[in-house]
Amino acid sequence: MEVSSAEAALSVSASSIRITDVTQDGDVLTFAIASQKLNSSAGVCVFRIYEDFDWLQQSLFSQENLPGLQGIIFPPLPSKALPSQSNTQTKALKQLGFLALGQDWQSYCKALEFYLQQVAAHPTLCKCKALDSFLINSESPGKQRGRKGIFNRLSQAVEEMRKESHKDVDNFFQNERNKNTNLAALSKVATEKLLDVVMTEQKLALACGHFATSLHLCVNQDDAAAVAFSKVCLKLSDVIEAVNRNFEKVASNDLSTLGLGLDLESRYQEAEKVWECVLMIACKLIELETVKKGTEKAKASKREVMEAFQKAVEKEFNLISSVAKQEIERFHSSRVNVLKNFLIGWCELQLNTAKEFAELYSQHLEACRNMYSE
Amino acid sequence: MSGGCGRNPPPFPDNEDQEAELDTRVLDSDEDDDDEGEDIFTGARSKPITPTSAPDEGDIFSEEGSYIRSDVHHATNGLHSDEELDLFTEATVELTLTNTTSQGRREIIGPTASACNTTHVPNSILKPSIVTKTMEELEEEESGDQFELNIAVTNPEKIGDGMNAYMSYKVSTQTTLPMFLNKTFSVRRRFSDFLGLYEKISAKHSLLGCIIPPPPQKSVVGMTKVKVGKEDSSSAEFVEKRRAALERYLQRVVAHPSLLQDPDVREFLERDELPRAVNTQALSGPGLLKMINRASDAVNKMTIKMNESDNWFESKLQEVENEEQLLRRLHAAVDSLVNHRKELCINTAVFSKSVAMLGSVEENSALSRALSQLAEVEDKMEQLHQQQAFSDFFILAELLADYVRLLGAVRCCFEQRMKVWQRLQEAQSTLQKKREAEAKLLWANKPEKLQQAKDDINEWESKVSQYERDFERVTCTVRKEVLRFEKEKARDFKQHIVKYLESLLHTQHRLVKCWEAFLPEAKAIA
Repeated sequence: MEVSSAEAALSVSASSIRITDVTQDGDVLTFAIASQKLNSSAGVCVFRIYEDFDWLQQSLFSQENLPGLQGIIFPPLPSKALPSQSNTQTKALKQLGFLALGQDWQSYCKALEFYLQQVAAHPTLCKCKALDSFLINSESPGKQRGRKGIFNRLSQAVEEMRKESHKDVDNFFQNERNKNTNLAALSKVATEKLLDVVMTEQKLALACGHFATSLHLCVNQDDAAAVAFSKVCLKLSDVIEAVNRNFEKVASNDLSTLGLGLDLESRYQEAEKVWECVLMIACKLIELETVKKGTEKAKASKREVMEAFQKAVEKEFNLISSVAKQEIERFHSSRVNVLKNFLIGWCELQLNTAKEFAELYSQHLEACRNMYSE
Repeated sequence: MSGGCGRNPPPFPDNEDQEAELDTRVLDSDEDDDDEGEDIFTGARSKPITPTSAPDEGDIFSEEGSYIRSDVHHATNGLHSDEELDLFTEATVELTLTNTTSQGRREIIGPTASACNTTHVPNSILKPSIVTKTMEELEEEESGDQFELNIAVTNPEKIGDGMNAYMSYKVSTQTTLPMFLNKTFSVRRRFSDFLGLYEKISAKHSLLGCIIPPPPQKSVVGMTKVKVGKEDSSSAEFVEKRRAALERYLQRVVAHPSLLQDPDVREFLERDELPRAVNTQALSGPGLLKMINRASDAVNKMTIKMNESDNWFESKLQEVENEEQLLRRLHAAVDSLVNHRKELCINTAVFSKSVAMLGSVEENSALSRALSQLAEVEDKMEQLHQQQAFSDFFILAELLADYVRLLGAVRCCFEQRMKVWQRLQEAQSTLQKKREAEAKLLWANKPEKLQQAKDDINEWESKVSQYERDFERVTCTVRKEVLRFEKEKARDFKQHIVKYLESLLHTQHRLVKCWEAFLPEAKAIA
């Protein structure tokens, strides 16, 4: 992960950011966030709730005086989790997808952690004071809401813009847009299908557990044959128990790596969609401004003023454009890298689990064969 | 026979061959060729029911085997108790001594008059004076002096069209038992033939208190699909399920020493054309069981205390009933397992497709290739899940289902004994009445009717004494049968666990290979 540089730099190392703990109090989840200071060996730990993350995201969106802000692809923030009892698993799944599964919010914390790391690793965003404050100040950012960033202002316009088909500012962005639409839809589908697989794996684990327990009921010590039969049933119970654990492990592996990865990919694709819209709108606004000013200035007929204005507008436009292009490059290489790491991690985990259980089954088989050839 | 195989059961077939093996156990020809027969028995052996393992502790069997080969034609296997006993005591006993084998001889002891003592069953009844060797696992064969009988049911073929169509199965036998005409032979049979066989042997043997293995169940839905010609996987699965069930049924029948001696069984295995079994409608296994269940309810309501060995019977019956319930529950649990695995197959296949599509639109070529590879891995896993679901079903679920029905047959056995007891009771009470009648006549001084009364009494006295002997014998038999059954059951389950573990292990190894193949692809993404 990149370390931020130069002015107003982040004072902690991006890659060291971890969510180390989460506690639940009624409806509220509190996250413990730890990070490592850059120029010392000291660590920092703060406590944050979801609203603080939201505040951070808003702050990032609404940074003033940041040239080319509109060109930035913002790392996506997971939705707020609603942990109350009345929230059934189906509701939670609908809302959070993969992040709702897993024990004790592990997946959800991982996703939040990833978000913070991505923000801290972004060359521009890491300089935002809000981030530093979020990670370091023992006091929570407080109820500083109401700062309408560019996102809020444009959120409604985003929907409208999507409906209309606008000619894009640049062919480059047109291509991106097409690719992104496809990719976003397919990522979403793949994520959902993997979720189905994981749910079935968990059901299988449960069925095995049930079967294993039922086998224990067959124990009967009445006579020699019954004892022999009971031994057999207990052995089978052990084996099925092992299969149960196997499935649990496989499901959890799926969750913690591929599931997370696909979910992230999915959300990033969505973020890119938003970015495109923001871009379009920004350009549109600039157009409108130009036209407006043009009409006004026409009366004054002061050519120099007009030209100066034109240049300023073009400069702003080019800046956004170049930031956007950089962002998209960065986005793609980062995304490929992230997916690669998740795929490797997933494969390694599953391979280890498969080997572990192959060994276990082999031992059971040996034990069975020995036991019965006495 | 095929001494080529070692002691261990054959390895689980590869996936590519799996479907073929399970569906059609292909035999090259119908000739009774010694070597050709081996293939099916490789498969057949994978679902054996006889033991491959230890002799029992507290050895009731003699060290050396002695074998009867008697060309016995039972005109009736009925209640001619004296004849039967004579048969065994006078039968030619040809001793074939083998080295002491420590595994897998199946030795069943026929009823002997002197040994039959209902109160001290375990020790005296099982005097190893006469031993009948019936069936032997190929992989347990040591020196060539043991007799073998292997049966396989293969090659299901649809004969005819429309609603008159039926499936014909090839029943192949491989044996060294001299009572058969050939060493290797096969015939074609249809499902109703199997039911007919059950009807015949049940009529003869169940009255003796034998546990008759129940045949596979009829299935109107399953067969209709096949008849109508639906060529989908569910009808293929149905046919395979039935084929395997028919095979297990026959193997259990021949594993029973008395049943193997039955000429109907031999005829079933050997004869080219069997007369078509009729009236099998009412007599499918569950139908028969239902009839007997109704009878048993009535019987159980009577308070009958016979003698002190009754406690054994009472508690055993209770045990059997409990176990039947337990096994039903287990079966339901395994069923649910199988269904979930099938669901996992489907979901995995869908996921694989979605990943393949993702890979096809992905621009980064290495990532795209990795995603396509991932889709292939998931496809392979789907096949593995499918295979494992098969194993779950055929190794565990069918085993449990079979035993639920077998326990039902055991209950029938007990009920037969009840019936015999009832008949004895009734005869005794009739005898009592006849005696009273005689007494009345004496007192009333009517000599002309006295002779009749005396005749009656003699008749009923002999009936009572015969029924007593019947009852002794049935009690003996039931007890032996139950003990044999329990040993059999433990062995059966042991074998199946080993098989199940082998299949799990096999699947797991292939899974490891899948992941190992994918890892370099993931690492190659740049």
